[in-house]
Amino acid sequence: MATTPTARGLRQRDRVARTVLHVVLGLGLLAVVGPFVWMALSSVKPEAEIREVPPTWWPETVTLDNFRELFSRLDFPLYFFNSALVATAVTVGNLFFCSLLGYALAKLRYPGKRLLFLVVLGMLMVPGMVTFVPQFVLVSNMGLTNTYAGLILPFLAGPFGVFLMRQFLQSIPDDLIEAARVDGAGEFRIFWRVVLPLCRPALATLGILTFLASWNNFLWPLVVATTEDKYTLPVALALYSVGQNRTDFGLLLAGAVVVVLPVLVVFLFLQRHFLRGIATTGLK
Amino acid sequence: MASAPTATAPARPTGATAPDRPAGAVRRRQRLRRALTGWAFSTPFAVLFLVFMAVPVVVSLVMSFTDLRSTDLRNPLAVNFVGLDNYARLFGDDLFLRSSVNTLVFVAVGVPLTIVLALAAAVALNSGLVRFRALFRVGFYLPVVTSIVAIAVVWRFLLDPEVGLVNNLLRLVGVDGPSWLFDPKLALPSLIVMAAWRNLGFLMVIFLAGLQTVPAELYEAATLDGATRWQQFRRLTLPLLRPTLLFGGVVTGIGYLQLFEEPFVMTQGGPLSSTLSVSYHIYNQFGFGNYGYAAAGSYVLFVAIVGLSLVQFRLLGSRD
Repeated sequence: MATTPTARGLRQRDRVARTVLHVVLGLGLLAVVGPFVWMALSSVKPEAEIREVPPTWWPETVTLDNFRELFSRLDFPLYFFNSALVATAVTVGNLFFCSLLGYALAKLRYPGKRLLFLVVLGMLMVPGMVTFVPQFVLVSNMGLTNTYAGLILPFLAGPFGVFLMRQFLQSIPDDLIEAARVDGAGEFRIFWRVVLPLCRPALATLGILTFLASWNNFLWPLVVATTEDKYTLPVALALYSVGQNRTDFGLLLAGAVVVVLPVLVVFLFLQRHFLRGIATTGLK
Repeated sequence: MASAPTATAPARPTGATAPDRPAGAVRRRQRLRRALTGWAFSTPFAVLFLVFMAVPVVVSLVMSFTDLRSTDLRNPLAVNFVGLDNYARLFGDDLFLRSSVNTLVFVAVGVPLTIVLALAAAVALNSGLVRFRALFRVGFYLPVVTSIVAIAVVWRFLLDPEVGLVNNLLRLVGVDGPSWLFDPKLALPSLIVMAAWRNLGFLMVIFLAGLQTVPAELYEAATLDGATRWQQFRRLTLPLLRPTLLFGGVVTGIGYLQLFEEPFVMTQGGPLSSTLSVSYHIYNQFGFGNYGYAAAGSYVLFVAIVGLSLVQFRLLGSRD
């Protein structure tokens, strides 16, 4: 039959296309992931080997000196604790406050609702720099600079979380909530016991996004945390690297590894869920 | 449990037989109850939101019409309303103009570059020809979840003129590499490439989701009609992906208009202000204590972002 040769031809063309695609994508992946691998490999080299030209690809001498020195100079366990505390508080706050309002906007009827939603939507467009100065003045007038409260409070609830939760909550059937009402459950009980458990995918997405954003947040803690005991990981690394001779790469790379590693582990564990969440919430 | 609704049933208005006044009262009470519930659910967020976002936005606007300086905070009476002076000053400020040009170049080059790379990766991964798709997806996404400070450390190391990997690779092919971040001509392009590298994964995931909504039958039909892959991409994929592309373009554009972290951690706005961005300029003015002037700058940025969003909504609206 005539179809056989064309089918075989197509298959052959596909094989070529497939190889080309793999090579191109592989090079792309190398360009994206390579720097991270290079960072990790170099962080266990002694400074002299880091500065060798041409470079050694695989470390000839493996040493943890960079990490040891870094940990003796900087109180990383404390910064780690600060980052974790702030990110956890911000995440819990966002999950609670945003889903509470998201539920009200999606499922309750009350005067002022439309206006509230419009304000939330409008706030999505406000750049960080617009609120930055007055927020700082506010926080310092409240006497909250260099406190955990000052690091956490301005981020406890955000318009993006409300929008995401409202969009998701709208897809939950009204009948379910109506049935719970007929059974005599109070509104908060319905929200807490019936609705929230159904929101797990949205809550997980919002939770991961908020946690990462807070963990990596840089500008606000840089300005608000004024003494070392309140530094978060990125702030500590940034201030250290600015004050450092720029050729002292071993210590800086070790620092970068310490900052990246926790995020990397969390991301690799949750990536399946995470990437799906980004894709679906990004499109709604 | 079931007794609860039956117990309250007689109190409910039961149609035409119920006398008018009590029914109206009940309805009014119900409406009030519903409103109170709604407000109770909204209040916690609204309070936080009002104090930490809405009020600062309004305060920022008011600030932008004053000569407020950090030293005036304890003595509010010293603050004067200066009308549009701050705004007038901005447009005569060489550094502000310079930073605007830098930011616009960053957006104009960075957005298309990021989108093209992300789209190419998404289409390739979606073609059904590629194996290890999860590996590519996760790998390309890695920089998105990484702290900018750590990225800055790595990139300063890679781009270092002497020991950096990039110039070492160039040396292998006999080229004397430039000093990237220390060269006023190359610093901004370096940051643009870095931003594309960092954001490509995010857009790729969004585009992949968009591509998956295109029905496979359309491609089958096109293949039967003898359309080449390129024709299918031009005539099918691109038009069907348009809303997703516009969404990606606007999100990226808004992000790039606020460019701050990259120059802050990589170049401190230098060399010779070649990487100074609008946000960075505002931040510097805040650092000098010029709060009123900084607020005016941030409102100009705000207007630019709203403008970009409106253009976007126009384009989206004209779709169907």
